[in-house]
Amino acid sequence: MALNTEKNVYTVLFACIMVIVVGSLLAYLATGLKPRIEENERFEKQQNILYAMGVNENEGEGSVNFIPTTEVESVFTDYIKEQLVISGGEITTDDEAYLIDMKKQLDALKRGNPARLPVFIGEKDGKKYHIIPMHGKGLWDAIWGFVAVDEQLIVQGIYFDHKQETPGLGANIKMRYFMDDFIGEQILDGERYVGIAVVKGNNDPLNNIKDDNEVDALAGATITGNGVSAMIRESVNLYRNYFESIRSN
Amino acid sequence: MALLSKKDTNLILDPLADNNPITIQVLGICSALAITAELKASVVMAISVLFVLGVGNVVISLMRNMIPNKIRIIVQLIVVATLVIIVDQVLKAFAYELSKTLSVFVGLIITNCIIMGRFEAFALGNGPWKAFLDGIGNSLGYGVILIIVGFFRELLGSGTLFGFKVLGDPVAKTGLYASGYENNGFMIIPPAALIVVGIIIWFQRSKNRALIEEN
Repeated sequence: MALNTEKNVYTVLFACIMVIVVGSLLAYLATGLKPRIEENERFEKQQNILYAMGVNENEGEGSVNFIPTTEVESVFTDYIKEQLVISGGEITTDDEAYLIDMKKQLDALKRGNPARLPVFIGEKDGKKYHIIPMHGKGLWDAIWGFVAVDEQLIVQGIYFDHKQETPGLGANIKMRYFMDDFIGEQILDGERYVGIAVVKGNNDPLNNIKDDNEVDALAGATITGNGVSAMIRESVNLYRNYFESIRSN
Repeated sequence: MALLSKKDTNLILDPLADNNPITIQVLGICSALAITAELKASVVMAISVLFVLGVGNVVISLMRNMIPNKIRIIVQLIVVATLVIIVDQVLKAFAYELSKTLSVFVGLIITNCIIMGRFEAFALGNGPWKAFLDGIGNSLGYGVILIIVGFFRELLGSGTLFGFKVLGDPVAKTGLYASGYENNGFMIIPPAALIVVGIIIWFQRSKNRALIEEN
């Protein structure tokens, strides 16, 4: 090769060309795939919300099975009767409330700005479900989920997900055996909104006691577990006024 | 194996045993510790690295005469990062479920020292076909260790393999657990991986004494 790759001019030129080529390649790819990715994310949110209220294709014990993406849109409109947005004490309806990014809303609240908090009201077999989103921090990055409660504020179903918790440890918060433990638990302790704590050694590994506001922790995932506890506690307190209103009805 | 000459075959087979990236070159230890609590995660990681290292080695090898020496590390990093992002985006659009499982590995692949190590040590000095074989060989060697470690950690730590309860149910006390066997919780935390990798290194060197360093 006659190319003198040691020259500074060449180095700078090479760097520039590389940046342009790689940058445009990635930008082209990102724009091209964006509609498909957004659609996938929309379906996923619908699947998660439906999962929390028990509309899923789970069989016995085992793995998490959502409503398939091909059907989820129509199933979502069938089961979710109302989508509310709570903003500064006022409640309005919004059919795209499920697209609200909870992280942005929580950031807004932190800075003292008004936030838009979504609530989804689902109905299945004549029973009403109130589903709220949650957002918090795990060990490495964000964790989030949805919790469905009835009028007595007893958990009817829950769904957790995470960005990048450790596989085999913290990542197991999205496993059936962990999420199913929350069903039947109460988010109230007397009149206090304590949520549900993930605790180690609560002498109830099978989770038969449903009024202790506790579920058994995952071994090796203490910080993710603490993150889950904090997330549930903060989320139910955020929706306190709403919960009070459905309890008094 | 008529397709490959003897030298080429060695490029694939050497990293599987006597020149294993993890146990001999001691590269890629970080991800071997981080994600081997489950067999499934080990397999996914092994396949991802196979792809990135195979393609990355070819790309670097094709560019080897053009890359300015002063910024070669940055160029290598960009190639890995670009490949990983492309894979991630395509999966997000066409195999969303799979991409969610993989998302946690993306950062680990970019920073995996095996990839940079092979770019630097091999792809920069060899042709694309050889570089491709070297990439495949090294990622297979890496994957084998990951799967061995994942196998023992999941089996001893959780009593499962690929999530299936092979030893019985620890809560309902069936199978092996009926006789008083307990899962070893230590196996699912990262230090256990270090010990398993250490045992593999020890075992390998006691079988082949030529591998033992002089001092």
